[in-house]
Amino acid sequence: MDKQKCAIRCSGITKTFGSVVANDGIELDVQYGEILALLGENGSGKTTLMNMISGIYHPDKGQIYVSGQPVSISSPIDAQNLGIGMIHQHFKLVEVFTAMENIVLGTPGKLPGKKALKQQVTQLCENYGLDIDPEKPVYEMSVSEKQTVEILKVLYRGAKILILDEPTAVLTPQETEKLFAILRQMKAKGCAIIIITHKLNEVLSISDRVTILRKGKSVGSVETAGVDAAKLTELMVGHAVSLSIERPEPKDVHTILKVVNLTVAKPDGSKGLDDVSFQIRSGEILGVAGIAGSGQKELCETIAGLLPAQEGAILYKKENILGKSPEQIIDLGISMSFVPEDRLGMGLVASMGMPDNMLLKSYRKGKGPFVDRAPAKELSKKLVEKLGIVTSSIEAPVRLMSGGNVQKVLLGREIESCPNLLITAYPVRGLDINSSYVIYDLLNQQKQKGVAVMFIGEDLDVLLELCDRILVLCHGKITGVVDAKTVTKEQIGLMMTGEMTEEEKKKEADEA
Amino acid sequence: MNPTVKNTREPLFHVVKHAERSTKETVVLRLVAVLLSIVAGGLFILAIGQNPIAVYGTILEGSFRSQMAIQATIKFAIPLCICALGVTLAFKMKFWNVGGEGQLIMGAVFASFFALNFPNWNHWVLVIVMLLAGCIGGGLWGVLAAFFKVKWGTNETLLTLMLNYIALHLVSYLQAGPWRDPAANGFSKIARFDKNVALDKVFGVHFGWIIMLVLVAFVWIYLKKSKQGYEISVVGESQDTARYAGIDVKKVILRTMFISGAIAGLAGACQVSGSDMTLSMGVAGGVGFTAIIVAWLCQLNPAMILVVSFLFGVLEKGSSVVQSTFGLSSDCADVLQGIILFFILGSEFFVRYSFVGRSKKGVSR
Repeated sequence: MDKQKCAIRCSGITKTFGSVVANDGIELDVQYGEILALLGENGSGKTTLMNMISGIYHPDKGQIYVSGQPVSISSPIDAQNLGIGMIHQHFKLVEVFTAMENIVLGTPGKLPGKKALKQQVTQLCENYGLDIDPEKPVYEMSVSEKQTVEILKVLYRGAKILILDEPTAVLTPQETEKLFAILRQMKAKGCAIIIITHKLNEVLSISDRVTILRKGKSVGSVETAGVDAAKLTELMVGHAVSLSIERPEPKDVHTILKVVNLTVAKPDGSKGLDDVSFQIRSGEILGVAGIAGSGQKELCETIAGLLPAQEGAILYKKENILGKSPEQIIDLGISMSFVPEDRLGMGLVASMGMPDNMLLKSYRKGKGPFVDRAPAKELSKKLVEKLGIVTSSIEAPVRLMSGGNVQKVLLGREIESCPNLLITAYPVRGLDINSSYVIYDLLNQQKQKGVAVMFIGEDLDVLLELCDRILVLCHGKITGVVDAKTVTKEQIGLMMTGEMTEEEKKKEADEA
Repeated sequence: MNPTVKNTREPLFHVVKHAERSTKETVVLRLVAVLLSIVAGGLFILAIGQNPIAVYGTILEGSFRSQMAIQATIKFAIPLCICALGVTLAFKMKFWNVGGEGQLIMGAVFASFFALNFPNWNHWVLVIVMLLAGCIGGGLWGVLAAFFKVKWGTNETLLTLMLNYIALHLVSYLQAGPWRDPAANGFSKIARFDKNVALDKVFGVHFGWIIMLVLVAFVWIYLKKSKQGYEISVVGESQDTARYAGIDVKKVILRTMFISGAIAGLAGACQVSGSDMTLSMGVAGGVGFTAIIVAWLCQLNPAMILVVSFLFGVLEKGSSVVQSTFGLSSDCADVLQGIILFFILGSEFFVRYSFVGRSKKGVSR
């Protein structure tokens, strides 16, 4: 048993991609029996750093020490041999395999027998206080169970150093608590844990120490006990930031879009949306909460006319828009800004510059066979000025812009088309704090102009502060539409897992 | 408890992706590639016991020494350039049309139908009908693959590739059967077209070169300025984005593949009526495949395609002279072509990546 307490020490780590310095002389250390939170805005180099520790990249400069020894980690196998395990945000599991089959998959040596394997896994679960049925197939598992399998996978490989990349993004508040309990138990067993998260309250509740990165540099490490959210934000952004979101009172509220008994199938045949009915009103922001994949995507795409529905109707000013083409729907003034995980995959054309992206929905308008680019150029210049978009030139491909600027381009275009309904899915996903607040302000401006805004979000704190009403989805069903001013985070958390409050059940019965 | 620490050495070099290189750097890189390819080609010529400078000189001299030689060089370039312009449209949409060869042949077949059956029509009527028929033949052959793609999601690369062979063997059937020249003493070949069929010559070369220049401009304007060209770019980049913007993706794919095939078909029509004056198995002669390389080499830039096609013409004509002068087999010319292509296409890797050695820490740029 090594007495060395230091699990990982990074010293002067530098990594460049082309002309971009992703990591610049980063210092970081984590001890066995400690939970370290890695905090930083997007593009501050967290993921790059973790990828170097887990052997995906190789640093250009600097040295990584594991248990005090200098090491060179040139592949994930090396990292595994050094006892480093990374749990990615997106699970890498074989759906048709059971928990234990996934756990043993890819380990060297002879495959243990089924019985022995089950015993090993159960033993491991007991050691760390994890709870999973080893013989349950992955496709039957909830998100948090899948995450448990991911954790077991790295523990089975003998990892003593765990890196978790935004593990709570897909969890409900209740599941997050459960995960944190597991992490605390692992810490008690002497594991070193690095957790990456954007949510400050989680950082405060789980970590012992916080290392903050800003623009590729480590700005320092602080004991969690001695700081609060405001202080952390200040360290992260470099100056003090007000953390409250405005919520102007909705005025002149009237229903603009009515969704009635909408049922939509996913490509695999299962129900993406199941008998969903609700209303979107002008002059207010309707939040949509739910665990990832609860039907949010189907909801947006059906309203925008991209997905066919099986049953139901969508009434826009009393006209059923189901079955209309996206082109016809755009002409009705329903502008949808849909931002999927891959931001540049749907709303924008990554390799084109701003003007060509501005044209995406309007290029048909001019007469004749040619595209008129002059107005699009004007619009691009206007947006750059108005929203403070940072780009080398408006003609530079939008993929070269940072996430926040890409988002501003997309949202700017949608807003400039003067919509009366604006649907935004995860508009601040991956954005830093400053950019997020710019986006919130933009949405509030639209709301005050009388636009109906549908905001699909993942951070419940933001939903609670920004929205007027919150619609909660669970497995494609609506488990409640609640007043954001009075509901608590815990109540929404319960609804996200399908527990309807008595009141809600009654209300639904009344409506039906 | 502590894991064993294995101290491995850093790999000898790793490949690093660049930021976008400036245009100047890219041009320099490509020029270096061309020089290197000439040197490597020279080594090859040396290895087979010839004087590289003399051989290279003959290639240049052979393609430019007389007006006739220049005309022959241009004649080589015409089908290649037109066909490359055709596949460019499909490639811009990321539709991997490797069926330029087949589309060219079908264009030639459709044009030949009129050339063989109605040689007595008014010359200009016949020429226009032939060229249109060529477009339709190639276009239909192209749209066939697109139709299966949008209907059942078939793989366009396989389908267009297979259609090449069907087209080729259709010609073999025609020349052995229905269209066989009765005057050929049992040889299976198609009769030479009537003089009335021949495309008129302008400056000594059939006017296919004018069509080629017009098409260069057309493709450039179509892709850069037209709404349909814009749709092609969006569909090529992301079909999800296209659907989101209200573009009818299927319609765009079908339409673009028709135009792509039609342009290749036009090359075929020009080839039979301007150059070959008959339809034979060798009508395409691999032009449809070389066109793919030309289109990529030029990064789908129509003006560059014109230049590079001409250079290919030089190589082609020049090596035929080398063949007769030095008694080298035509395979040697192909090897030379291969070497040059290898270097130039290889340079594309260095436009995007560079190697970083172990000793030199940090990335150069």
